[in-house]
Amino acid sequence: MRALLQGLALLCVVLASPVHAVEPALAQRIAAGDNDEKVAVLAKIVAAADPKDIPFLKALAEGTVTVDGKPVEVTVNNRLRKEIDGAIAALKLVDPDHDTRLAAAKELSNGAEPSVLPAVRKALAVEKDAEIQGLLASIAASLGIRAGDKAERLAAIKTLGSSNSPTSRALLTELKDEPDLEIRAAAQRALKEVEGRLAWAERAGLLFAGISLGSILLLAALGLAITYGLMGVINMAHGELIMIGAYTTYLVQNLFRAHFPGAFDAYLLFAVPSAFLASMLVGMALERCVVRFLYGRPLETLLATWGISLMLIQTVRTIFGAQNVQVENPSWMSGGLEILSGVVLPYSRIVIIAFAVAVLAGIGLLLAKTRLGLFVRGVTQNRAMASCVGVPTARVDLWAFGLGSGLAGLAGCALSQIGNVGPDLGQSYIVDSFLVVVLGGVGQLAGTVLAALGLGIMNKLLETWAGAVIAKIVVLVFIILFIQKRPQGLFAMKGRSVES
Amino acid sequence: MTRYFTPRGWTMLIACAVVVFAVFPVLNLVVPETSAFHLSAFWVTLFGKIMCYAIVAVAMDLIWGYAGILSLGHGLFFALGGYAFGMYLMRQIGADGQYRMNMPDFMVFLDWKTFPWHWTGSEHFWWAVFLVLVVPGLLAFVFGYFAFRSRVKGVYFSIITQALTFAAMLLFFRNNTGFGGNNGFTDFKRILDIPITTPETRMALFAITGAALIGTLLLGRFIVTSKFGRVLSAIRDAETRVMFCGYDTVHYKLFVWTLSAVLCAIAGALYVPQVGIINPSEMSPANSIEIAIWVAVGGRGTLAGPILGAFLVNGGKSVFTQYFPEFWLYLLGLVFILVTLFLPAGVAGLLDKWKRKSP
Repeated sequence: MRALLQGLALLCVVLASPVHAVEPALAQRIAAGDNDEKVAVLAKIVAAADPKDIPFLKALAEGTVTVDGKPVEVTVNNRLRKEIDGAIAALKLVDPDHDTRLAAAKELSNGAEPSVLPAVRKALAVEKDAEIQGLLASIAASLGIRAGDKAERLAAIKTLGSSNSPTSRALLTELKDEPDLEIRAAAQRALKEVEGRLAWAERAGLLFAGISLGSILLLAALGLAITYGLMGVINMAHGELIMIGAYTTYLVQNLFRAHFPGAFDAYLLFAVPSAFLASMLVGMALERCVVRFLYGRPLETLLATWGISLMLIQTVRTIFGAQNVQVENPSWMSGGLEILSGVVLPYSRIVIIAFAVAVLAGIGLLLAKTRLGLFVRGVTQNRAMASCVGVPTARVDLWAFGLGSGLAGLAGCALSQIGNVGPDLGQSYIVDSFLVVVLGGVGQLAGTVLAALGLGIMNKLLETWAGAVIAKIVVLVFIILFIQKRPQGLFAMKGRSVES
Repeated sequence: MTRYFTPRGWTMLIACAVVVFAVFPVLNLVVPETSAFHLSAFWVTLFGKIMCYAIVAVAMDLIWGYAGILSLGHGLFFALGGYAFGMYLMRQIGADGQYRMNMPDFMVFLDWKTFPWHWTGSEHFWWAVFLVLVVPGLLAFVFGYFAFRSRVKGVYFSIITQALTFAAMLLFFRNNTGFGGNNGFTDFKRILDIPITTPETRMALFAITGAALIGTLLLGRFIVTSKFGRVLSAIRDAETRVMFCGYDTVHYKLFVWTLSAVLCAIAGALYVPQVGIINPSEMSPANSIEIAIWVAVGGRGTLAGPILGAFLVNGGKSVFTQYFPEFWLYLLGLVFILVTLFLPAGVAGLLDKWKRKSP
């Protein structure tokens, strides 16, 4: 019993006093020596790489060192503080806890003093985790290109050359005034390699952004192309049908949040058909009440549907307010795929591209394989003849208009996942989707697809080169010039009718 | 020699001229403010503004009502005219701006030391007038040449003009374009070195606008009663047939399109000093479509109709946006739908029908 008590007392003493592995002689040198002396000692501590020294260093950073059990004041200037911080991080690199090591490695990769290089190399030799290993290697390389003998520096440059982060590019660029010619040449070679890889990553990112924009344009324009191809009318309220789809998604999301919070991630499964149905019903009502009476007068239809769009905008504003509403991504759509450092492809955009492809395939099948599709194609090609052989053209118009409007709803559902949802949502896409239809021509889906992807990629490429506004203007000029060559768009219907 | 107007038409025109050149000035300037008959500055500005719109409506009618080409980009030409003249008005502010520098405030704000190239000469009144006429005219000519040559027509043409004004709006929203970004031009002080806010200047601008409107009406009448106008109507009704008869329809369409754009620009130049502001939202596609509804309400294919339509719609807009702002869009939307469905000939057609029934 007594022994136990003694042991406890001893333990208390051990815990209470700042125990450190730093030898008293080193502590003495830190307390008494000048700055260079202190730095030399720090380097020694780092080289020892014992995590037990961390409390000592922390105390030192605050200005007190315990020598022989007595606290001694030490002046710590900026240079010293930097060295101490680096030393602490370096010691943490050999900490048994994985997260501590990772945090330390991340801290050091933001900028480290050359004195920690030996510690980093030592840690690298024993590190098992791939992520930390990668970080450590790049830290070692970025420190190594400055310090050590020539062979070491060349090796470090080589390591940097095979990495693909923008930081290595910056580090290698710094070496362009290097006095040693061999090292300078090696650095330049490595720089070229890194830059080449970074440029590819950027190009890939750009292409992805273009395809993403193209898929959005495709979704927005697909329904428009169908109604325009069929009836020759431009539905100015198409943008507002997109908006209705987005707001339907918003409502479904709220419903799930209120009543089935557990199934929130699945709300999109219900939002997609709801958005389709809501827009389709509005579209069919529109066709029944207005568009049908304006046959053969496309310009008047354009004005009337514009009037409808104004009323729809005001209705939504009255119900939901003029502010944007929040539509939250399901958790499986947040985040992204990092193909290279700095180039992240968001999952939401990948999902939308896949969605656009699926919708396209669905529409293609519908037009090619079903009876309605057959009728739609027939009426698009020759209305009078289709009517003569018994196609109920009025009903086909109604259903096709509903289909086009439903597609707008799907587009709205997709857009709600990546952009703002507000009463003006439709207005911002309408001009672009018209241009897709004008460029693509009518009668074939291929035209719309090509035009949407082409415009999307062209827009993004020009944006990086000249800014978003100039890009839009250049695209417009391009379309005007293109129409000189092919007035009917990319894919014109073959026929002998001079005009309607 | 075709008659320009019926005797009744001439009487109406002269009556309108009397109202613009005599009744308004007297009621506004001569009648003391305390009198019940005094016409306040608000009304003068409002009517001046609507007369500018009426010029635009007549210009739109020439291209849509007579040649069958629906432009959804006429707001662009209107705004370009306004901007061209606004540049001159900005230079006239001189050093009276907020920063007391001999430069428009927005340029001082952007820390520009010299004027951009397109502001060269903008301090001269005649250069401004020249720009008002030439820039929109040239743009319309080049655009129309390419569009008509490749036989872009119908809905296609409408969509492309809409895209044109949309692109221009984005361009003018940029600060770097050098037109004041989204604030545009405002805070004008002088015109021809005369203070712009005095009642006399306001009335002079009003009268000039009235004269321009009457001039536009007469010019339009001259065009539509000439052989040229007959060909235009024929193009509207059966373009292919006109082509097969040996007419080059491109020239006809191009001329009336360019003329229409220039008329719009003049209206814009008169609009800016009266209303006192021009910004890129004038180029928004919605504004351009509204022009079409003035014409549709008034009656396409008549020249007096669009003027009436401009007054009806804009008068309605002033009343509604003041008293029931949330209902204006419903009403405007309803007007779009009802007019196209039930009143294809507009109010003018309605009056015509009524006149034919009554005697």
